[in-house]
Amino acid sequence: MAGVAGPGTGQGAAGGDGDDSLYPIAVLIDELRNEDVQLRLNSIKKLSTIALALGVERTRTELLPFLTDTIYDEDEVLLALAEQLGNFTGLVGGPDFAHCLLPPLESLATVEETVVRDKAVESLRQISQEHTPVALEAHFVPLVKRLASGDWFTSRTSACGLFSVCYPRASHAVKAEIRQHFRSLCSDDTPMVRRAAASKLGEFAKVLELDSVKSEIVPLFTNLASDEQDSVRLLAVEACVSIAQLLSEDDLEALVMPTLRQAAEDKSWRVRYMVADKFSELQKAVGPKITLNDLIPAFQNLLKDCEAEVRAAAAHKVKELCENLPMEGRETIIMNQILPYIKELVSDTNQHVKSALASVIMGLSTILGKGNTIEHLLPLFLAQLKDECPEVRLNIISNLDCVNEVIGIRQLSQSLLPAIVELAEDAKWRVRLAIIEYMPLLAGQLGVEFFDEKLNSLCMAWLVDHVHAIREAATHNLMKLVQKFGKEWAQNTIVPKVLVMANDPNYLHRMTTLFCINALSEACGQEITTKQMLPVVLKMARDQVANVRFNVAKSLQKIGPILDTDALQEEVKPVLQKLGQDEDVDVKYFAQEAISVVAQRLRKLDFPVKDSEEPSAPGADKNHFLRPRGPGEDAGKGPAYQLHVNTRDTLAQLEIAELVHFPQSRDYYPWI
Amino acid sequence: MAGAGGGGCPAGGNDLQWCFSQVKGAVDEDVAEADVISTVEFSHSGDLLATGDKGGRVVIFQREQENKSRPHSRGEYNVYSTFQSHEPEFDYLKSLEIEEKINKIRWLPQQSAAHFLLSTNDKTIKLWKISERDKRAEGYNLKDEDGRLRDPFRITALRVPILKPMDLMVEASPRRIFANAHTYHINSISVNSDHETYLSADDLRINLWHLEITDRSFNIVDIKPANMEELTEVITAAEFHPHQCNVLVYSSSKGTIRLCDMRSSALCDRHSKFFEEPEDPSSRSFFSEIISSVSDVKFSHSGRYMMTRDYLSVKVWDLNMESRPVETHQVHEYLRSKLCSLYENDCIFDKFECCWNGSDSAIMTGSYNNFFRMFDRTTWRDVTLEASRENSKPRASLKPRRVCAGGKRKKDEVSVDSLDFSKKILHTAWHPAENIIAVAATNNLYIFQDKAN
Repeated sequence: MAGVAGPGTGQGAAGGDGDDSLYPIAVLIDELRNEDVQLRLNSIKKLSTIALALGVERTRTELLPFLTDTIYDEDEVLLALAEQLGNFTGLVGGPDFAHCLLPPLESLATVEETVVRDKAVESLRQISQEHTPVALEAHFVPLVKRLASGDWFTSRTSACGLFSVCYPRASHAVKAEIRQHFRSLCSDDTPMVRRAAASKLGEFAKVLELDSVKSEIVPLFTNLASDEQDSVRLLAVEACVSIAQLLSEDDLEALVMPTLRQAAEDKSWRVRYMVADKFSELQKAVGPKITLNDLIPAFQNLLKDCEAEVRAAAAHKVKELCENLPMEGRETIIMNQILPYIKELVSDTNQHVKSALASVIMGLSTILGKGNTIEHLLPLFLAQLKDECPEVRLNIISNLDCVNEVIGIRQLSQSLLPAIVELAEDAKWRVRLAIIEYMPLLAGQLGVEFFDEKLNSLCMAWLVDHVHAIREAATHNLMKLVQKFGKEWAQNTIVPKVLVMANDPNYLHRMTTLFCINALSEACGQEITTKQMLPVVLKMARDQVANVRFNVAKSLQKIGPILDTDALQEEVKPVLQKLGQDEDVDVKYFAQEAISVVAQRLRKLDFPVKDSEEPSAPGADKNHFLRPRGPGEDAGKGPAYQLHVNTRDTLAQLEIAELVHFPQSRDYYPWI
Repeated sequence: MAGAGGGGCPAGGNDLQWCFSQVKGAVDEDVAEADVISTVEFSHSGDLLATGDKGGRVVIFQREQENKSRPHSRGEYNVYSTFQSHEPEFDYLKSLEIEEKINKIRWLPQQSAAHFLLSTNDKTIKLWKISERDKRAEGYNLKDEDGRLRDPFRITALRVPILKPMDLMVEASPRRIFANAHTYHINSISVNSDHETYLSADDLRINLWHLEITDRSFNIVDIKPANMEELTEVITAAEFHPHQCNVLVYSSSKGTIRLCDMRSSALCDRHSKFFEEPEDPSSRSFFSEIISSVSDVKFSHSGRYMMTRDYLSVKVWDLNMESRPVETHQVHEYLRSKLCSLYENDCIFDKFECCWNGSDSAIMTGSYNNFFRMFDRTTWRDVTLEASRENSKPRASLKPRRVCAGGKRKKDEVSVDSLDFSKKILHTAWHPAENIIAVAATNNLYIFQDKAN
């Protein structure tokens, strides 16, 4: 888009040569009104091409007027249009004509759909920068005023976002008017407009003179912070951050703090939640002195708030709050004023609160140092590790590395292990899945010795879990472990156990062996694969369950690139050929597919390069993209383990929600 | 509700002379099930009137501008837009049919030239936009005005389409679909005064939605017991306070109303007020519990009172007094002796709704035999009127009806035994500022207005 914005180069105005270069543009213009939304959208996205072909003059006089009135379209088309117009200055003749873009953006700034309005405002803000000061006052400011006094709330909310861009460049008299408009929007009748004004209050304050901030913004802020609507009051908390940054400490204390204190004790939990959620920002904005005097007591109250949502939000901020305290006296403040409240939260009744705390509490150990961690924090960690809620335990385990740095893992290991074992056997498979994902990390932290001793058996147990997702994750986990601990470790500890499962009476476990081999072969390398794994795979080709047999074929295809030519030629090929004659149609299919891949590799290896050391042929694997859809996949008797994941597809819903138009016909409805 | 003052109009109720204005719907005797009206709702200005029916359709009527040639008519309501809001569906997971019947319609406060409303069936709530279009683009590059394709090689100049006026077209388009949040049947929806959230209530739960977010809703009330065998009551209706964004009420099948303050906690399982009238032990019977079930709850426009409808009466509660209602009006007390047969024909489970007039001085609710009742709260007088085609001349006055409970039947009285229980008026609506009412009688919609002016 940026590349085409060459104003006045003359190439724009397409002449009447009748050349066919006009045809594609003609199509684009016609498709602006196509019935298919997708085609309209495509055309809008190429609006710059159309404008370039029309030239700046016709873009201004014909295209823009047309676009100004096309606000009936689907949201996605309008959204694209609003976005395009933000970069259109060059296409209408440069900054001198930037104001021509205002009418279409003005109409887009009044539509009902919030995303479209927001995008139009964003583009207007962009274009405002391209206006000269004179043009700004002549065209842009009147637009802002029109929007600000519009009949519908949509235009007034849009106006709120435009004050801050035109204020700094306006003349003194106009500035006063702009402030006046903003003031009236802050006390608008509809809560939507007051919300929009409250959310832009901080931004507007930043561009105002300090005197005006004190005399005008602060009263507005105080009013919004005591609005009857919760949804307005909570936005004032956000504005508080920006306003606080502008004021001196004394002014802050006198003008803002009373309101902030009130917000922290608001009757509505949503407002208190907002204070908790914005706590770090507030802390930075008000500075260390007010933090100590005011915010710490407020924070203590939030940590013991009666609403769990508020406590959880505050618990999330514990670490950041502590980190941002001034170094001097930090430890004392935390130990005396924060830690007692944290101790309470560890045994909170609400699990979200506990799990929020668990996700950050480990971070305190680096702030407090080894001594305090062992004496004060460790008991809390251990209590959380024994928590009845798995999410709490999980959050502790996933942050072990912070503690590791401070006190070393051995200190924790005694109490850690039972907790991990318990999670590994949790009745909920999602919990088991989550803990598997932490295994490679834990293994790295604990070292191979400790791992072999305590955790190895767990990892093997997951391979025979009754949930497929767990078995799959366990397989993946083994691969990660081998990458971490090396081939030799794999050969001694993992591979023998995996291969034993090939004789399991349960065919699902036998298949797990194959899946493990698929995952491990590359990490283990040619020797282990050929000598230990291949014989087992080949033996399984005689399995009585067809699912196992066709997975043998798939495995052979997968590990083929790792094997040497001799093994391929003499061992793999005969077995695959035998499977290719199998009575089961799926086995036959996958065997034949594997044969073709293996044969291709053999050809490549034999000729022209005779060296069997050639790395795996990259083309071999790609082949399956070309294959026809496998019969087993829609025959309904494919692998029994396939999981169906049900997701709510919001896009699909949007598709259903297409425009329905009913004519006002009399015979349609029986009672008219 | 800004326009709720209704200052100019008199107290309403029976001091007014109500007269016929319009009737919509087919005349034939045999009524198609799909045409039965299931909800009626005026927009906040009263200029639009929406109805939903069992066939999943929504019909919107618009009030015509004052007509100089007929100074007496104060603007009739004519069809503005008709659309299919819900279609019958089948829940394959639960093997349940989901009816298309529109349970409730609620208008959003008007915020742009277009109008928005929420409509719901048992499971899915939809946000509809009703907008007007009066311009059409003209002029193509690749074809002539008559639609013939042009030779692509003969295109020598580009044409930008221009917009020309056309006949007004009203479009209804679904903007949001709020689905998959209710296990039980949705009985109420109510838009919050913050204009950005609304609630939806089913038999056991109340969810809070943001009007712009469809994939998430918050459960704020859940009365489902851990063991469904311990279930003793269900939620029958719920509504937000008209001005206080944090206050909502919900009524139950036990005849009680709970008021929740959303400020105090994210979950409103614990109510902050509990409205219950002590039971009179002398009138206790087998049917007591059934007939005390609240079928509708509505806040007054002022927000000071709320009204509840149970089977035989309508009650007005002061929000500041939980112990008993400030007013109780009998709707059809003569049915008390008939409860046994009403139980047998299931009529006892009918869910009558109720509504306030614009100034909160009068209330209206339905009954059987196409009768509906109005109660004046200041004069304490009441009237029974009938929605029928018999006297459907324009501006014909409605005659008050009387039901005789027993003994000797006077002239003009209707005997209880001759009431037609298949003709019930469940849904009524009162214009927010004027004395215009809409009464749904099976498949017909009657519009009445006062004779004054």
